[in-house]
Amino acid sequence: MAAAIEFRSVSFTTRQGRPLLDHFSLVLDEGSVTAIIGRSGSGKTTLLRTVNRMVEPTDGQVLINGRDAQQADLIALRRGIGYVIQETGLFPHFSVERNVALVLEAEGRPRAERLERSRDLLTTVGLEPATFATRHPHQLSGGQRQRVGLARALAADPPILLMDEPFGALDPLTRAEMQDMLRDLLGRLKKTVLLVTHDLDEALYLGDRIVLLSEGRLVASMTPEEFMQSKQPEIVGYIGAFHRGERSAEGRQRAARNGRA
Amino acid sequence: MSTRFFAQYGSQIATLSLEHLWLTGAAMLFATIIAVPAGIWLTRAPGWAKPVIGAANVLQTIPSLAMFGFLLPLPWLGERAARIAIVALTAYALLPILRNTYAGIRGIDPAIVEVARALGLTGMQRLFKVELPLAASFILAGLRTATVTCVGIATIAAAVGAGGLGELIFRGVASVDNRLVLAGALPAALLALVADAGLGLLERWFKVSA
Repeated sequence: MAAAIEFRSVSFTTRQGRPLLDHFSLVLDEGSVTAIIGRSGSGKTTLLRTVNRMVEPTDGQVLINGRDAQQADLIALRRGIGYVIQETGLFPHFSVERNVALVLEAEGRPRAERLERSRDLLTTVGLEPATFATRHPHQLSGGQRQRVGLARALAADPPILLMDEPFGALDPLTRAEMQDMLRDLLGRLKKTVLLVTHDLDEALYLGDRIVLLSEGRLVASMTPEEFMQSKQPEIVGYIGAFHRGERSAEGRQRAARNGRA
Repeated sequence: MSTRFFAQYGSQIATLSLEHLWLTGAAMLFATIIAVPAGIWLTRAPGWAKPVIGAANVLQTIPSLAMFGFLLPLPWLGERAARIAIVALTAYALLPILRNTYAGIRGIDPAIVEVARALGLTGMQRLFKVELPLAASFILAGLRTATVTCVGIATIAAAVGAGGLGELIFRGVASVDNRLVLAGALPAALLALVADAGLGLLERWFKVSA
């Protein structure tokens, strides 16, 4: 399989001198889903943002389809990469359909084509166009907004999709629904996906490959099965810490329920 | 006020109101043409925001009578009183428009601006499709403040002979005729109220529910 994205010893140091990425190297195959996990501040989001040059590496290279992203035309590069974030970033002054087709609008495509495309995409992400196309973002639930955000990222049919904790702000039930939808969608669309998440279960469910980051360094890059069976102390430590965190969250919820009763 | 008073001054009030409107309108046009692009530029070069907004602030603190006086001896400007009035009013209108344009754009949710960049919108597309529409109600609020201020200050312009409703007020004060003072002050107040209400309506129209 061809490499869609290649990180070549990518480093990023903030102007204050804090290293967020430290000689990170990795090759992502075309059509693969890579889940990036790690603690807060481990550099996950920074890594993702070097791909569409929202962050310019201070050292090293990011190659997209074998070409240095640094040399590419910035606008064309970004239009060829879908981008989904937790806060959705939907434009509050545009209707859902205009939000979805904004990249096409920016490219100057005709209106009829844009409308047709946005209606198709709404159907793809499970929103009935007749009901939702003309609504505005504030008239949608969190899950619906996230679906619109996903549809927008797919509008120009980009081969690469970047997702930064796309479901982080959703309740567990809606999140599970969205994960099912996304898994089904990615199975059909064959995009190269880079997914940042702090939810190990989400990473295991959606990813073909799990990448663990710690302090900007690559700790592990393996399949979900290898990851769960690994004896590497950092991985065992991460999995343990994740489950402890989950249990204590459940404990807090239970305590809160008991407190109310 | 009697009907005789209106018969005598009615057409004058109308003419001076129009003059007043013209002075204010021209000043608002110039101020908008200067301050909106300047405000946008400041969002791109925020290091300049403090000194530039500070300078506009200083202009604002000059007493209006003094401002008209300063401009009087200037070459081309001093020839026509209306020119002085428009320049002075423009200077007063700069700050509210500049400040609100800057603050309105800076106040947009960073996630939205970030997505606009990440989607590959060009700088101009980001400005016209995202930033200006989202800041529009804010910018209009600045325009509204500036307009109301200018309608008031324009009455002083009569002191340098620029006309407008101030002329009736000054004449009334000189001849101790309160009817004349009111004949200037009431239409001026009315103009301010109408401008305030009209721009307020426009402002609400542009408001985006989040």
